[in-house]
Amino acid sequence: MGGVLTIVLKRLGLGLFTLFIISVLIFGAVELLPGDIAEAVLGQGATKENVQAMREALGLDKAAPVRYFEWLAGAVTGNFGVSLISQSPVTEVIAPRFANTLFLASYAAVIAVPIAILLGVVVALFRDTLFDRVANVLTLTSISSPEFFLGYVLILYLGVKTGMFPSIATLNDNMTFLELLHRTFLPALTMVLVVVAHMMRMTRASIIALLASPYIEMARLKGTPGWKVIVKHALPNAWAPIINVVALNLAYLITGVVLVEVVFVYPGIGQLLVDAVTKRDFPVVQACCLIFAATFILLNLAADVGAILTNPRLRHPK
Amino acid sequence: MTEKSQDELIERMAAEAKRGKLSRRDFMHYSMAAGLTASAASGLWTSKAAMAAPKRGGTFRLGTHDGNTSDTHDPGTYLSFSIIQLAHTYRSYLTQITATNELGPDIADSWSATPDAAEWTFELAKGASFHSGKPFTADDAIASLNHHRGEKTTSAAAALLKDVVDIVKNNDHSITIKLASGNADLPWLMTDYHLAMCPANSDGTIDWQSGDGTGPYKIVNNEFGVGCSLVRHDGWHGEGAYFDAVEMTVLNDPNARQTALVTGEVDGITQLELKTLSLLQRNPNIVVDNVPSAAAITMPMLCDVKPFDSVDVRLALKLAIDREEIIKKITFDTAIPGNDYHVAPNMPYWADLPQRVYDPEKAKFHLKKAGAEGLSVELTTADSVYSGAVDMCVLYAEQAKAAGIDIKVNRAPNDGYYSDVWLKAPFCMVQWGARPTPDVMFSLAYKDDAAWNESRWQNERFNELLLQAKSELDQDKRAEMYREMQMLAKNEGGSIIPMFTNFVYARNKNVAHAPDLDASWQKDGARACSRWWFES
Repeated sequence: MGGVLTIVLKRLGLGLFTLFIISVLIFGAVELLPGDIAEAVLGQGATKENVQAMREALGLDKAAPVRYFEWLAGAVTGNFGVSLISQSPVTEVIAPRFANTLFLASYAAVIAVPIAILLGVVVALFRDTLFDRVANVLTLTSISSPEFFLGYVLILYLGVKTGMFPSIATLNDNMTFLELLHRTFLPALTMVLVVVAHMMRMTRASIIALLASPYIEMARLKGTPGWKVIVKHALPNAWAPIINVVALNLAYLITGVVLVEVVFVYPGIGQLLVDAVTKRDFPVVQACCLIFAATFILLNLAADVGAILTNPRLRHPK
Repeated sequence: MTEKSQDELIERMAAEAKRGKLSRRDFMHYSMAAGLTASAASGLWTSKAAMAAPKRGGTFRLGTHDGNTSDTHDPGTYLSFSIIQLAHTYRSYLTQITATNELGPDIADSWSATPDAAEWTFELAKGASFHSGKPFTADDAIASLNHHRGEKTTSAAAALLKDVVDIVKNNDHSITIKLASGNADLPWLMTDYHLAMCPANSDGTIDWQSGDGTGPYKIVNNEFGVGCSLVRHDGWHGEGAYFDAVEMTVLNDPNARQTALVTGEVDGITQLELKTLSLLQRNPNIVVDNVPSAAAITMPMLCDVKPFDSVDVRLALKLAIDREEIIKKITFDTAIPGNDYHVAPNMPYWADLPQRVYDPEKAKFHLKKAGAEGLSVELTTADSVYSGAVDMCVLYAEQAKAAGIDIKVNRAPNDGYYSDVWLKAPFCMVQWGARPTPDVMFSLAYKDDAAWNESRWQNERFNELLLQAKSELDQDKRAEMYREMQMLAKNEGGSIIPMFTNFVYARNKNVAHAPDLDASWQKDGARACSRWWFES
């Protein structure tokens, strides 16, 4: 197991370096955007003096590299600065929104991952039958439709016509957990529909690829039933690619949900990022993007570790 | 029409009006069409259609558009439509525009001016208090206005108060605003949504950060870009605030907004999608408010560029546009025709001049007079100017063919339209937000030396009247001056004003409001929360 720990530490170090590079890129990108926060906040009617006064008040009159290193110096000590607009600490602005995003992502993942893997196993078992075809067509259709469209369709049938679920996912503090699940069901379902196909098809493909291997043939020859061949013999060797795809999709559930948030009025981090970019609120943009980047890095790391742990040959390299 | 069916019609209209489905203007219009005289109709309006007394209670849930996480409590940087709705709910202003579009008191009880209109004294409501319990005094009012003044100000309303030279305190409940030159419109300017009253700090700045205010509702919980919950402020100085509590939710997506209303998640929403308006109107539980406003679409022609330097060419182009058809086909009946002067019927000093109608023959006559037969011009527009802007210009080009005018529609990119096309292209299309008075509008975009004089129109008499009227306190004289200016603009000005666009918003049918609606902002001048009530 010592090997795994070394890998994790090495990867975490590399991850930190990646985050640093990303922070430079994001800073550069925000600088390249035309206009600045003073112009964005004051709007069309602003006078030159106003804009100048606001720039000075926010310290935007300093040179770009100076501003970047000031931010970096704070960031390494865990101080991500204050939002230029609300003047409250970035962590305070982001924390509740990020918690909401994590909740919705977990909700969707808890539904999507088991369904996708189970479906993948079943369609691999019944491959090339009508069931396989139907499952593939349905999941591919849902992944090929834009999220907002899926959302609208769900709102129409489950929200407006039958009234089973609320059409908007606004939250308040005194909701019970069950109410929360009920209220956020439609956005979660939309995201489930978006991610299931990818994971299911990867499960199916990696199992089918293994089915041609000699050891599977051996298992069959000794009379093991079809489902057992797949679950006991094929699946353990197929985990690595599946875990990778699951990790990618989990990352997507956290980072790629702006449209779902807009359609269902869910107060997540995506909308916060979009608003911050429009207003050129650099510390917030930077923090959101770093969170997204860290999500990808950590989930990829988790996927690799998971692949090693599920595969004895990788656990004990020769 | 027989006597009986006329009575029935009036009764039906009165019932509609009671439910808030018919405005006073429409009531008068239909009554007169049914054969009543204006005074009879007006009398009927007061006796029959007067509203039942408002009921108190309930939580009003309002869905608003254009909310951002980056909104703040700083009144100097209020920008989004969502925050404008909120601002009128938790803060107050010196004056307000009433439901009948007149100027009325808010936290200032009364006001008066010196004869040259250069010094204005506002008497403040006694007994008004902030949500924190602190009494509202002259110091707060002065600090709140000074927030938008001075070199260091970061307020977007700085330009509005640039003529103010000093604000002095007369006593705890009276202030005087001193201007560099007379301005009879100053009390109107005080309704601007930036000029909200906030508590003063001891150093003369304001404490906007706390979100404290003197408005009808007190904030309990607020997250910008998400929503805000408020409860009634018992120490409020005004009348109304019938709801016990208000829940505002930011619903930026038009579909989410309309679905939320249809499924009963909210009781009212701002800004409807015009394309699906007719579908929403079919829903018996929903009432759509379609309120004419002073927001205009203009088509300025540069008066110093050929061929627009000829008044006759400009008149021909004004006569060659069929406003009725455009309103019907492009706006889905959510606009009222403009009359080529930039004052809407809901603005003070509006002159009821004869409506200019589509008349290709008369347009031909003016072209001939100008020696410009076979006129060919280019009209520049962009999609972002107005939903359907390009279609509208193409339709105009078709209409103008009947007058022998060839209009080439040039579609410019949305990005940078107002910096690259507006004020530069000889003939283009522009959208204007509502302004409270003719003086504000004319000084901004029609005065000879205004930076935004979009048609570069120079008219000596017009500019002379503009300066005179600005400081004239005699209402009759002032109205006469504005009337003459509107005639000048209509007949000689450089802008075609095809229409004023309406505010279109909706509410559940159990929400009621007075028969008239304030047209300064969506939702009854953004004061629905304090003016409306639940019927049941």
